[in-house]
Amino acid sequence: MKEVYISGTGKYLPENIVTNDDLAKIVDTSDEWITTRTGIKERRISSGEDTSLMATYAAKLALENAGISAEELDFIIVATTTPDNFTPSTACLVQSNLGAAKAAAFDINAACTGFIYALNVATHLLKSGPYKHILVIGAETLSKIVNWKDRNTCVLFGDGAGAIVLSASMKKGVGTIILGSDGQKGEVLQSHALPVINPFIKTNDLQDKNHYVAMDGREVFKFATGVMVDSIEKLLQREEINLSEVKYIVPHQANFRIIDYAAKKLDVDINKFYVNLDKYGNTSSASIPIALDELNKKGLLNKNDNVIMVGFGGGLTFGAALVKWQK
Amino acid sequence: MVFEKVKEIIVDQLGVDEEEITLETTFEDLGVDSLDLFQIVIEIEESFNIKIENAEDIKCVKDAVEFIEAQK
Repeated sequence: MKEVYISGTGKYLPENIVTNDDLAKIVDTSDEWITTRTGIKERRISSGEDTSLMATYAAKLALENAGISAEELDFIIVATTTPDNFTPSTACLVQSNLGAAKAAAFDINAACTGFIYALNVATHLLKSGPYKHILVIGAETLSKIVNWKDRNTCVLFGDGAGAIVLSASMKKGVGTIILGSDGQKGEVLQSHALPVINPFIKTNDLQDKNHYVAMDGREVFKFATGVMVDSIEKLLQREEINLSEVKYIVPHQANFRIIDYAAKKLDVDINKFYVNLDKYGNTSSASIPIALDELNKKGLLNKNDNVIMVGFGGGLTFGAALVKWQK
Repeated sequence: MVFEKVKEIIVDQLGVDEEEITLETTFEDLGVDSLDLFQIVIEIEESFNIKIENAEDIKCVKDAVEFIEAQK
């Protein structure tokens, strides 16, 4: 059977560093408050770069790392909650920027779990179709949808993009992927799109909707820690391995306290989790591929190392994947 | 004993001394922030197989114990 592996990684983060002290100047908060409750020290915020541009920069580095050209790509899949447009899709903008003429390009949205969803789609396209290389990107400009007057949410998020090239091969790289959604809990983490306005609706019927990220912290915490523990345990069971055979767990970088609590529940050393949220905050679908690129570029991964990626977020959605490093 | 179990959860989650916990102890006394409280509430829900809707109303150990006893 045709197998799939990660042949290259790349990332892009805006140059503009916003520290907790910088935020304390615009909302009533402090470095101490943010650090103890989230682990975040600073985040990168766009100076005008939109999602497609950040995605393009990350993609170029991933292609270079994989040693292939944009013309060889069969698909470009961008996971994002904060696209440039309703249409064209972010993936089509990236295709144009890269000159990836042969690729079919589309976006998917599974919020912070988007990258794992895209990885699953890409893996099965490669396994079942006549394709060789797929670019999978997680990219977000969350600064567009954050309420910069809400001290409970604006401190949590950052902008950025991470990309991988997924390639067909004989050697098994991507293993089991677990995905799930719980739409009934959708309202605990939301950001609205446009309200329905047309000439046939009386204006006083309009609902008051804004696009800002709103969340119920306790419910998100409970969901996140629960699905992290469950999906990692399921993954290990299906792969018939135990955690001692896993080099790193790359979690979605939402909050250190969530990761710490999940580590405790799994009874695993916190150092097995790769954490970089202190530098970038929560970059939603970009957080896992950004972390993966850091692991790769720092030389922290050796051939045949097992890596678990685990995500959770709006939808609500969750997902986890086991990858054997084959680069 | 509900109190003993609640005490065990708090000691385990916060790493405080058992002697520090009495029925009158408030979570504020223990320096608990909202995320610590989420963890304690999750552990209580799992241990007693109950659902706690208004976690914010639980201010002290006694509140937690009484809430659990009323649910059982």
